[in-house]
Amino acid sequence: MRESEILEKIRSSPGYPSRERFIKGPVCVIECPEEIPCDPCSQVCPFEAIDVGRPITNLPKLIEDRCTGCGLCITACPGLAIFVVNLNYSPGEASISMPYEFLPLPDVGQQVEMLNREGSYVCKGRIVRVNEGEDHTRVVTVAVPKEFYEHARGIKLISGKVR
Amino acid sequence: MDAELSVIGSGPAGLSAAIESAKYGVRVELIDENILPGGQLFKQIHKFFGSKKHYAGVRGYDIGWRLLREAEDAKVNIRLNTTVWGIFQSSNNRIGLFDQQRVFFSKPKRLVIATGATENPLSFPGSTLPGVMGAGAVQTMMNIHRVLPGRRVLMVGAGNVGLIVSYQLLQAGAEVAAVVEAMPKIGGYLVHALKLMRTGVPILTSHTVLEARGDKEVESAVIASLDKDCRIVKGSEKELDVDLVCLAVGLKPDAELCRMLGCGFTYVPFLGGRVPIHNEDMETTIPGVYVAGDVSGVEEASVAMEEGRLAGISVAESLGYISEGEAEKEKDEIKERLRDFRIGPFGSPRQEGKDKILTEYKRWFSNEGKRDS
Repeated sequence: MRESEILEKIRSSPGYPSRERFIKGPVCVIECPEEIPCDPCSQVCPFEAIDVGRPITNLPKLIEDRCTGCGLCITACPGLAIFVVNLNYSPGEASISMPYEFLPLPDVGQQVEMLNREGSYVCKGRIVRVNEGEDHTRVVTVAVPKEFYEHARGIKLISGKVR
Repeated sequence: MDAELSVIGSGPAGLSAAIESAKYGVRVELIDENILPGGQLFKQIHKFFGSKKHYAGVRGYDIGWRLLREAEDAKVNIRLNTTVWGIFQSSNNRIGLFDQQRVFFSKPKRLVIATGATENPLSFPGSTLPGVMGAGAVQTMMNIHRVLPGRRVLMVGAGNVGLIVSYQLLQAGAEVAAVVEAMPKIGGYLVHALKLMRTGVPILTSHTVLEARGDKEVESAVIASLDKDCRIVKGSEKELDVDLVCLAVGLKPDAELCRMLGCGFTYVPFLGGRVPIHNEDMETTIPGVYVAGDVSGVEEASVAMEEGRLAGISVAESLGYISEGEAEKEKDEIKERLRDFRIGPFGSPRQEGKDKILTEYKRWFSNEGKRDS
């Protein structure tokens, strides 16, 4: 499946933030466009910014103005399908926080290659934070050039094997 | 003292059935041929989907530990290393057991069969070489025994099992050269596929494995693309340098015991093929014999747990441990959750399958048990 096809599917789901919301700062990006029976994201959010409701197969809906970009949903999602994007990380960079379940962990400051949703190279990235997270899921934050905020979704350690 | 209920199989369905009925006071024995209870749960290192109330977001092995603790608290008698070798309807569903030392019998008043599913095989030249194995074996080796069965892997099948096991192979340090899927689209959840794809693993739909090559073990595998009629496209063959070919090409109910008992069966392709007919309370066409989990139609662990609970409550009710009214209330809540799980593109074909099984159950008794459609 192609990146453009996947992105189109994800963009048209109710979990994907609008361009206006992205511009305002950190926001969760829910990349979960299929009706599967799952709702921990809505249960974990302290701001009630994610709504699944009943039936449990509803697509998660992001209530944009309630989301603070806190990132609790990143590790709560069993599908590893939630990211937090901060388009205002620095004048030229966006930051992307993502779940990470591999070893070795990258180091802060390390340069990595960023892959898109079909596994193709997108741009270079720089690890800016590695959090312990919940239940063996780490949260890794990478700074990338702003224009790639919608595409950079995977981390490839340059010195190591493909992860 | 004899058990009132024997539960065969201690996976998520069997454990849940045992816990639920024991909670109401039923004397339960839980039988498993393995040395550890838990079924597939202890190799499931990923977080489960479902509702937060029912272990969603919890890793499979942690769910396993919780259920084992609950089973102990509920005083379930767990018989491990014990094989059911026979089951006899003629003597009131007596079951024959072997615990590696002696052969003995158990004559419970009720029976829950929760024997799960078996993997489908796939045959091709080289498929008997060491290094070709099922996804279940791969998961057992790597996640239970911590032995990596290969360094570079070809995964066959892009259903949820193939996708999840591929991801776990990456976590264990292997490389996944490719996932091939004969269907023109990915069968499993997109979120599982994306976890793999964003690490650079290609998922090749309309592709299949033609051959595994090697002298004494797998050294490479040949794949090819398929046209819309599922015929091999000539000239599309490609040889991949792999030492493991992992097969994840579907599951079917492991219903031998139901067959031995003479339960009625029906054919539901989407639930894995021939499944024992059962009613809404999970009771088969043989009164007092219940099924739950994959043996009653291949679905997923959260459904297996709910079905197990349903069977457990029904047993407790039929033995008089809870009133009909109380049981109805509990069962209705579970049934509602099950219906909720079976909505959407992945769920509705399963609901249709379950509806068909229910219809067959009613027809079975209106035709005096003469049918096996």
